[in-house]
Amino acid sequence: MSDIHGGKDPLVRIAKRSTISKPKAWAIRLISLLLALVVCAILIYSIVKMNPLQVYVSMWKGAFGSSRRAWITARDVMMLLCIAVGLAPAFKMKFWNIGAEGQILVGGIVTAACMIYLPQLPGPVLFLVMLAASLLAGAVWGVIPALFKARWNTNETLFTLMMNYVAIQLTSFCVAKWENPPGSNSIGVINQTTHAGWFPSLFGQAYALNVIIVMIITVAMFFYLRDSKQGYEIAVVGESQNTARYAGISVGKVFIRTMIISGAICGLAGFIAVSGASHTISTSTAGGRGFTAIIVAWLAKFNTFTMILISLLLVFLDKGAIEIATAYNLNDYASEMITGIILFFILGSEFFINYRLIFRGHHKEVE
Amino acid sequence: MKDITKTFGPVVANDKVSLTINKGEILSLLGENGSGKTTLMNMLSGIYFPDGGQIFVNGQEVTISSPKDAFELGIGMIHQHFKLVDVFTAAENIVLGLEGKGRLDLKEVGRKVREICDRYGFDVDPNQLVCDMSVSQKQTLEIVKVLYRGADILILDEPTAVLTPQETDKLFAVMRNMKADGKAIVIITHKLHEVMDVSDRVAVLRKGQYIGDVATCDTDPQKLTDMMVGRAVKLNIDRPAPVDPQDRLRVEHLTVKDKEGVTVLSDATFTLRSGEILGVAGISGSGQKELLEAIAGLQNVEPGSRVVYIEPESGKEHDLCGLDPLKIRQLGVHLSFVPEDRLGMGLVGTMGMTGNMMLKTYGRGHGPLVDRRPSSKLATDIKEQLEVMTPGINYPVRRLSGGNVQKVLVGREIAADPTVLMTAYAVRGLDINTSYTIYRLLNEQKQKGVAVLYVGEDLDVLLELADRILVLCAGQISGIVDGASVTKEQVGLMMTHLNWKEAEA
Repeated sequence: MSDIHGGKDPLVRIAKRSTISKPKAWAIRLISLLLALVVCAILIYSIVKMNPLQVYVSMWKGAFGSSRRAWITARDVMMLLCIAVGLAPAFKMKFWNIGAEGQILVGGIVTAACMIYLPQLPGPVLFLVMLAASLLAGAVWGVIPALFKARWNTNETLFTLMMNYVAIQLTSFCVAKWENPPGSNSIGVINQTTHAGWFPSLFGQAYALNVIIVMIITVAMFFYLRDSKQGYEIAVVGESQNTARYAGISVGKVFIRTMIISGAICGLAGFIAVSGASHTISTSTAGGRGFTAIIVAWLAKFNTFTMILISLLLVFLDKGAIEIATAYNLNDYASEMITGIILFFILGSEFFINYRLIFRGHHKEVE
Repeated sequence: MKDITKTFGPVVANDKVSLTINKGEILSLLGENGSGKTTLMNMLSGIYFPDGGQIFVNGQEVTISSPKDAFELGIGMIHQHFKLVDVFTAAENIVLGLEGKGRLDLKEVGRKVREICDRYGFDVDPNQLVCDMSVSQKQTLEIVKVLYRGADILILDEPTAVLTPQETDKLFAVMRNMKADGKAIVIITHKLHEVMDVSDRVAVLRKGQYIGDVATCDTDPQKLTDMMVGRAVKLNIDRPAPVDPQDRLRVEHLTVKDKEGVTVLSDATFTLRSGEILGVAGISGSGQKELLEAIAGLQNVEPGSRVVYIEPESGKEHDLCGLDPLKIRQLGVHLSFVPEDRLGMGLVGTMGMTGNMMLKTYGRGHGPLVDRRPSSKLATDIKEQLEVMTPGINYPVRRLSGGNVQKVLVGREIAADPTVLMTAYAVRGLDINTSYTIYRLLNEQKQKGVAVLYVGEDLDVLLELADRILVLCAGQISGIVDGASVTKEQVGLMMTHLNWKEAEA
């Protein structure tokens, strides 16, 4: 019944899918990942004339090649995941918190301050003090834009972004103040000899505690968003502020409360970054992860378990890219192209999950 | 149009529909919601592309793949929602999007516009800004715009929904002039008396299928309804006498200003009684929304305003002004409100029925977790009782059709066991069947002793349903009249004139 339109029929038409089953959606995602690898392979072969399989193997090795590498990958996944989990309630509420960078930094600053000024405290006490201080610092940094939005309806996107720069300046100030050795313009590893305020090794692994803390938060956030009354309020506010007011939900109160939680978790990420990973602080401690985590949160549609997978993928790509850059003497752009292509295909797969294409002369679906 | 088919996913919106539109004829397209009227017309005007079938214009087979193609074939559609640029004048809006060579000569445009107006009896000033126009003027402008582009086939999608009776009469007069000039006109409407009044032929669609067409002179509203619904439907609305009416809500000097400080509701004073339906009539935007939202605690009111709730039995009085919906609930006031913007205010579109059932009750129970069981049971009950068509109680409500969305909302509000029930345009966009279900539900509530405030736009319904009718005109109450004895013309006059008694005389 399609050829009767004559030649002016559009070649491809796009129609929205009404529903799609979960296995089908995941199949589309998997196919797009495979396609991305094929496209990358063609690119690798045609430009640098190398065996793409070899390149992929060394990417894998870069991320998981040894137990030490795997643990560093895990550490970075947990860091990214922690921030994404922190951002999830804010973005679910449609509060555009792009201030995670700043919230991480202030969490890191207070952690470093505790390590520098309170090394004499017993380990567990110092740990709890740092934990509380970083949560509080992040919460304060997060709640300031929320207060302004609740009271004067200021734009949270600009506000949280600008708070980042304040935090960066604050970090610069602290770096100058705590400089060690003097003149190096950096702090260096804090408590190198005493390890005061460092995360303890668990089961012989330096980063096991990072994993435990972040997994607890990830699971807790999942149930908080799905099953709690406050999670319900967040969902309603995110959908429509008018509906929330109609239901008797105080929108401003939800903004403030949620941003305290969101900021606190990002502050905690700063604590983990300083105390559990680098043992120092600099303006690059957050390192853009506050923005990358936004991608993670949105791609996972605020499902914190899906975030684990996406964080893993992003960190894996990053590690793999660094590895092939050094192993094959490619410059960074080559590996960034691979990362870009893979991300493009994964994001693109969402289009095919929501829409289907209908070709002229066919009634076939194309996924 | 021949064998036109259009599907959206698994939904067949039009199933092999064939329709003929004749020159010099007004055709009414009739059907329940979701029967595919608008979809069919959208394919004619190039918004959708049919999955199958043929379209012929003047005997020639054509392909319409964009609104521009439609224009070139002389097909123009006037949508329910106007597509005009507010800060432009009428003439500028008319030429917008037209390709022209060289200098834009607005004077020439103005001259041509006047010519069209004179020919059909329109009243449009080419130099007036759209933002200064009334709804009916904007609609007129849309029609002129289409005519200016040389349309011979005009499609009007529910044009009368936003008009007063007087404005509707004017529109119909213009339509008859256009018919006399040889234009083909299609009008989509739900109001049967308008169909009878203006059209020559009626085509009926049901569930995407073409049922048939009849000459208007050979049919009557009852027959048309039966065709639309597929079975016999009772067409009159009951109005049981109020039982033991008592004052329930006293609104005194209620004044509301909008964000710009403009008074949108001025000094409204009236009493709402239990066991009665108080209808509210008025041109849309006359303060209806503000009135209901102020009572529900969603509007800031000016000092001096009072909304007094009188408890049944005890007669205790509460002033609700300045309280938010939660505090009103905590006072023990069972105030239910079906707002105009169903998905933007009354419901959460991405949640299923269950999630929406607990919108006002999620805070119940101790502990930090929500208890979904009561909501899920309520959702199941409402789905069965009101015959909500949904794949499941957790299916996002925004994917449901308009009528089902409204059933979910009304169902929840009635289930809250209200003493005061306010509804804003409860049947807007709903088909006859669902509309009558809603009227029946409202009457049931009324007989249970609930005080019902019903804001409506169809005067025929208001006159049949409401015990008393409060008429708003430009943010003020121009009068409260008895629903059984007042005439439609009188209400129409009150809607447009504050001092209607003088206007009448």
